[in-house]
Amino acid sequence: MSIGEFSLQLRQRARRTEKSIWYTLASIVLILVVGSAYTLSTDGTLSFLMPNYLLQQMKIASFLGIAATGMMLVILLGHIDLSLPWVLATSAMLATAVGGWVALPYGLCIGAFVGLLNGLGVAYLRVPSMIFTLGMNTVLKGLMVVFTGGFAPRSEAPEWMEILAVGTTLGIPNSLFVWAATGIVVVFILTKTPFGRYVYAVGNQEQAVFLSGVRTPWVIVGAFVLCGLCAAVTGMMLAGFSHKAYQAMGDEYLMPAIAAVVIGGTNILGGRGTYIGTVLGTITIVLLSSMLSVMQMPEAGRQIIYGSVIIAMLLVYGRQEEH
Amino acid sequence: MKDWRLYCKQNQGLLVAIGLFLFFYGSYSSLHPQGYTAALFNQNSNECFALVMAAMAQTLPVLTGGLDLSVGAILTLVNCLASELLGGTAFENALGMVACLLAGLACGFCNGCLVVYGRLQPIIATLASSAIFIGIALFIRPTPGGHVDGDLAFAMTYDLNELLIGLGLGGLSGPLAWCGHIPTTVFFALLMALVWTYFKRTQYGLEAYAIGASSEAAFMSGVRVKRTKLVAYSLAGFFAGVGGLYLALQTSSGNADIPQAGAYTLNSIAAVVVGGTSLYGGMGGAIGSIFGALVLRSVAFNFRVIDEQSALGFLANPLYQPLVEGLVLLAAVSIGAFWVFRVKNRLEIFK
Repeated sequence: MSIGEFSLQLRQRARRTEKSIWYTLASIVLILVVGSAYTLSTDGTLSFLMPNYLLQQMKIASFLGIAATGMMLVILLGHIDLSLPWVLATSAMLATAVGGWVALPYGLCIGAFVGLLNGLGVAYLRVPSMIFTLGMNTVLKGLMVVFTGGFAPRSEAPEWMEILAVGTTLGIPNSLFVWAATGIVVVFILTKTPFGRYVYAVGNQEQAVFLSGVRTPWVIVGAFVLCGLCAAVTGMMLAGFSHKAYQAMGDEYLMPAIAAVVIGGTNILGGRGTYIGTVLGTITIVLLSSMLSVMQMPEAGRQIIYGSVIIAMLLVYGRQEEH
Repeated sequence: MKDWRLYCKQNQGLLVAIGLFLFFYGSYSSLHPQGYTAALFNQNSNECFALVMAAMAQTLPVLTGGLDLSVGAILTLVNCLASELLGGTAFENALGMVACLLAGLACGFCNGCLVVYGRLQPIIATLASSAIFIGIALFIRPTPGGHVDGDLAFAMTYDLNELLIGLGLGGLSGPLAWCGHIPTTVFFALLMALVWTYFKRTQYGLEAYAIGASSEAAFMSGVRVKRTKLVAYSLAGFFAGVGGLYLALQTSSGNADIPQAGAYTLNSIAAVVVGGTSLYGGMGGAIGSIFGALVLRSVAFNFRVIDEQSALGFLANPLYQPLVEGLVLLAAVSIGAFWVFRVKNRLEIFK
């Protein structure tokens, strides 16, 4: 392939890429510039651009990234999964309680099982996903309160969780590899399998997909199971990151996960969105909160800026069509 | 006769919620040693009021087919504001309360603007605005505390006689004497129910239902979609503000507690659903949500009084309470979903 052909192909691809991706990229650059300007003015260094620092941020981003991956699948359907915090915490708690290598399939099974219940409730009972997953979240929380007796669980994370979460290979955090693997699997599913096409189709017009002979309930159940699996992976990695599982470990992940998906250009009503957008949205959110903590912004200012940035970005490219 | 049946059918959700409330609160009162006394009723109604307001607030956006995830945040913001403004003279306090209610209204108006003029999805717009409201609340009150005038708090959280005496009018006597023992919160809830009923009968109320049923059809029929949505979100902010103001009077302090704000938001959605309002919009009402909130609270009340020796004695263990609350919520929404199995044409379920 000649260089001319290659650049033509690149240009065509760029044109197809959604506007939102460019805006997200621009805001990532903006955050890096503002953060660097701040560190440059206060202590004369560019610590915000150091490779080590950025890798550290990517390590943190991978936890949110995996959670957002599952959330994106569900949002593509036009649904939402509010049970993420406690699916994450439940699989982490029970997996660390089992310990050893068995913990991995065990934790994944829990995530998948809760996802299955969510999917069945949403697909067959037709309960709005927002309220069904909310109820599931409360039930899981209740189960874990009974399970732990209300105390912080004493069991420690098995070694492999810590290796996955904080270890590095060739200088790159292992958690990034896990994120990349999750991403590749999901992109493959979304673009190369019938199931992936059905996910987009159901998000656009469920009735039409049903009439074309697709078993739409199964598509919904499948997406919720995948979302539960992603939450379980996040939970076990977080347990490895902090050496143990604890109550409410997932509470800080729900809203950022939804925000990352939406900032990445996925339509909250379903049917439209790219995985690369979700990745960029995740990085934006993580870098933004890291910049604010570098600036030693008090919690109040952090919340205000966080909310304003999301609103501003959505006002630029996330608006709906007029009637 | 037919009208009566039609009414029951149309208000099925509301009637079920009232029934559930009577059942759960009745069983609680029967088991409580001080059941059916004014003092207990007063205490319980105080415990319910903030959630009732949050649920009423949530109803309005839901009716228009949207959602307000910032209800808890507005409530928290007004709570913090009130803890700063209600510690002065009587005149200052009165101004402060008006300011608090206006603040709630303004927050709701901002949400409305984001949804209507920003054309953002309500879920995500209010999710982001709730971060801003919480931020402002933290800015006003970085640590829990504050000062609320004690007499004012007592008058507003006890019974009607106290409120009237507080206003300098003297208690009720004669044939109306029993009214004096109505808890202030019940009085305020009735007042808010009146506000809602008035709203429902105005053009805006009818249009809100129309938008929820079908936004396009409403627009085509000349409904002022934008203005109605703005009003709905603003009124939601006002109701949440009432809840926040009351929380400050009840606790005599302000607390910018993020988990608490989240809990109010999520419980308000649950209350709306239990109260028979459809999350798809266009069906239900705030009266149902009041009872939805009361059901949620009275289920929790029962844990306090359950006999440890009885068959359900394990429920007296506080560890089981979050689990049972979750199961009740899931069961309620799942039972409500059984219409799916009676549908003859499978296409009807894709709504």
